[in-house]
Amino acid sequence: MIRYTVGRLLSLCLSLIVASMVIFTVVEVVPGDPAAYMLGVNARPDTVAALRAELGLDVPKVQRYLDWTAGMLQGDFGRSYTYRTPVSQMILDRMVVSLPLAVLALALTVVIAFPAGIYAASRRGKLGDAGVMGATQLGVAVPNFWFAMILVLVFAVNLRWVSAGGFPGWGNGVWPGLKALILPAVALALPQAAILARVMRSSLLDMLGEDFIRTARAKGLSRRQALWRHAVRNALIPVLTIIGLQFSFLLAGGIVIEQIFYLPGLGRLIFQAISSRDLIVVESVVMLLVGLVIVVNFAVDLAYALVDPRLRVRA
Amino acid sequence: MKRLTTLMLAGSTALFASAAFAQHTHVNVAMQLEPPNLDPTAGAAQAIDSVVYSNIYEGLTRFMSDGSVVPGLAESWDISEDGLTYTFHLRDGVTFHDGTTMDAEDVKFTLDRARAEDSTNAQKALFANIAEVTVIDPLTVQVTLSAPTGALLFNLAWGDAVIVAPESIGEAATHPIGTGAFMFADWVQGDHINISRNPNYWGTPAVLETATFRFIADPTAAFAALMAEDVDVFVGYPAPENLPQFEADPRFQVLVGNTEGETILAMNNAREPFDNPLVRQAVAHAIDRQAVIDGAMYGLGTPIGTHFAPHNPDYVDLTGLSTYDPERSRALLAEAGLPDGFTTTLNLPPPSYARRGGEIIAAQLRAVGIQTEINNQEWAQWLETTFRGRDFGLTIVSHTEPMDINIYANPEYYFQYNNPDLQALMTTLNETTDPARRTELLQQAQTIIAEDYVNAYLFELAVPTVARAGIEGLWLNQPTAAIDLTAVSWP
Repeated sequence: MIRYTVGRLLSLCLSLIVASMVIFTVVEVVPGDPAAYMLGVNARPDTVAALRAELGLDVPKVQRYLDWTAGMLQGDFGRSYTYRTPVSQMILDRMVVSLPLAVLALALTVVIAFPAGIYAASRRGKLGDAGVMGATQLGVAVPNFWFAMILVLVFAVNLRWVSAGGFPGWGNGVWPGLKALILPAVALALPQAAILARVMRSSLLDMLGEDFIRTARAKGLSRRQALWRHAVRNALIPVLTIIGLQFSFLLAGGIVIEQIFYLPGLGRLIFQAISSRDLIVVESVVMLLVGLVIVVNFAVDLAYALVDPRLRVRA
Repeated sequence: MKRLTTLMLAGSTALFASAAFAQHTHVNVAMQLEPPNLDPTAGAAQAIDSVVYSNIYEGLTRFMSDGSVVPGLAESWDISEDGLTYTFHLRDGVTFHDGTTMDAEDVKFTLDRARAEDSTNAQKALFANIAEVTVIDPLTVQVTLSAPTGALLFNLAWGDAVIVAPESIGEAATHPIGTGAFMFADWVQGDHINISRNPNYWGTPAVLETATFRFIADPTAAFAALMAEDVDVFVGYPAPENLPQFEADPRFQVLVGNTEGETILAMNNAREPFDNPLVRQAVAHAIDRQAVIDGAMYGLGTPIGTHFAPHNPDYVDLTGLSTYDPERSRALLAEAGLPDGFTTTLNLPPPSYARRGGEIIAAQLRAVGIQTEINNQEWAQWLETTFRGRDFGLTIVSHTEPMDINIYANPEYYFQYNNPDLQALMTTLNETTDPARRTELLQQAQTIIAEDYVNAYLFELAVPTVARAGIEGLWLNQPTAAIDLTAVSWP
């Protein structure tokens, strides 16, 4: 287990270093100068040069890359060119929206997908299975922003139960904050739940065909008992992989949903930063998200080892 | 008994009215883009001015909604005979929101900072002719010019020329401190900005106690936010196709005002074949402005025939010089030696006037034999390649700066029009302060650039505002980017 963990840890560090290089290069290569963007069409060249100097953009790129990575190791992500505030503070401010949103959406995904997947698998080929499969087919096919718009029209415009968007902040209590995140979380979760339910079902069905289930049935367990006691736990491995990927997606992929609900989350930050060429913000946020994905994958790898003892030995 | 009921009814109505009144000292304002920071003297983003202009910051002079320039922090001024010295008399008793006094030293600081060598003012050119700023006494400041500048009072009304204090300018990006009728309260980045009434304002105090600015970029979200009554006012409503629906709804009012945005199909005058005036004229005649306005802007916008705002009293209607005439266009192309047309690039920045308008214009140009290769560009990319790099054949952009016809006198400007006659004319205009003579010169300039077909002039951009019925005091027009709330009130 220790060798396995150390191996995964090394691969994690290597991925982070390569990712930081790729991100920096890609972001810096894209045309567009942040100073020119901020000053607009009437700015004189000497004004743009003055602003570039003020923002530290006249420093050579290699030097900026080293400064940036060295800063990140100490938790300092630099200073935003356009907002003129520390990037780490901006990320923290946005995280308090994006992280709860992603967690809420993931919780909803699991709560919907597990029962649906298990139910469909246990009713294989029957009407219940067909119903769940049809619903998930629809869920996979329909994009989340469309769900989002329908939810807004029904619950905010017509019923007026919640506001159409925005975020009141956690300072006014937990409930107003949660209330603002419910519709976005549902919109994010429905397509993910549909995917996860399908994975859960097919993974379970695979397990039900395995020898150890037949053995379990042979020793007298009913089909349902075999499913619950032996198949579900084993079916969890592919499901965990998907959940890890989904969490990363929910955290990073909220851009469109955050636009529709005008939530002050990471997605919106990155969207604004890209269009204003706030390079340091783009680099830092992308790096953070990539870092999170890598760490989540690391955690999933460790979870495999816990669920499946064979992995511990094999590594 | 009946009297008692009436009395009770009257009482409850009064109660209800006062409760409603209590709620109605706040307004939720939405706009599409969030300002990157809140310092109007160090950035070109219109969103900065939308929030702070007149609300938080004020200049020596200021714009009114109709575009006129009136005294602001300067109560009055004297102009010397030669037009080189302006003596501004400041209002007495004006304080910044941090309690410090606004005086001549602050004015000197502001103007010197804006024109300094290392200035990062996006409109530094506005201050180019200022030679010296002298403090006479705390309420008098003298501005000496290197050359007469007829537009000085106009230039000083811009958001980039608002008066700031040396004590607070360092924090202006995140905590602006001005002299306006509203004070900055807080900013949750990505979500909203709150402002509150300044109790020590020198002029007529604001009616509203507080206001919130929200930023909703997505057109569908903008519609939902208004319909759910989460926002009371949306300035620059991004989905003109829904406007009839708001007009029909008694809960809302729709205001369609004009802006200073001359929307043009710019041509690269230094590049073949647009260096040939006949080709430029052919492009101008190939375009059906009304079709572009109807198709891309849902009918919002006024056709223009030159680079000048139609609501300006000095405007000359020159649309007749470039009427929609594809036959004529083809004949002109043949005369220019291009009977089979040609192929060029059409670079489009993100706004819908460019993206939607570009598709329509590309089809109209194709009809006369001009093939275009459309490149959709983000703003930063457009600025770098099209605007600064001048790597384009055609592009569509709205020039939103007020009174910017002088860009045609700069041969380095991205469309690269080089006409010494016009350059001389603009120099004369700069040195002229007599209003009648200025009108004459401005009209000449408009005619020259229209007859030279420098660019194809499309329409003046309109700005739709959707607001809750009964809200009064909103700006109809946008002579400069501003959401001035100082006179806004609920019924």
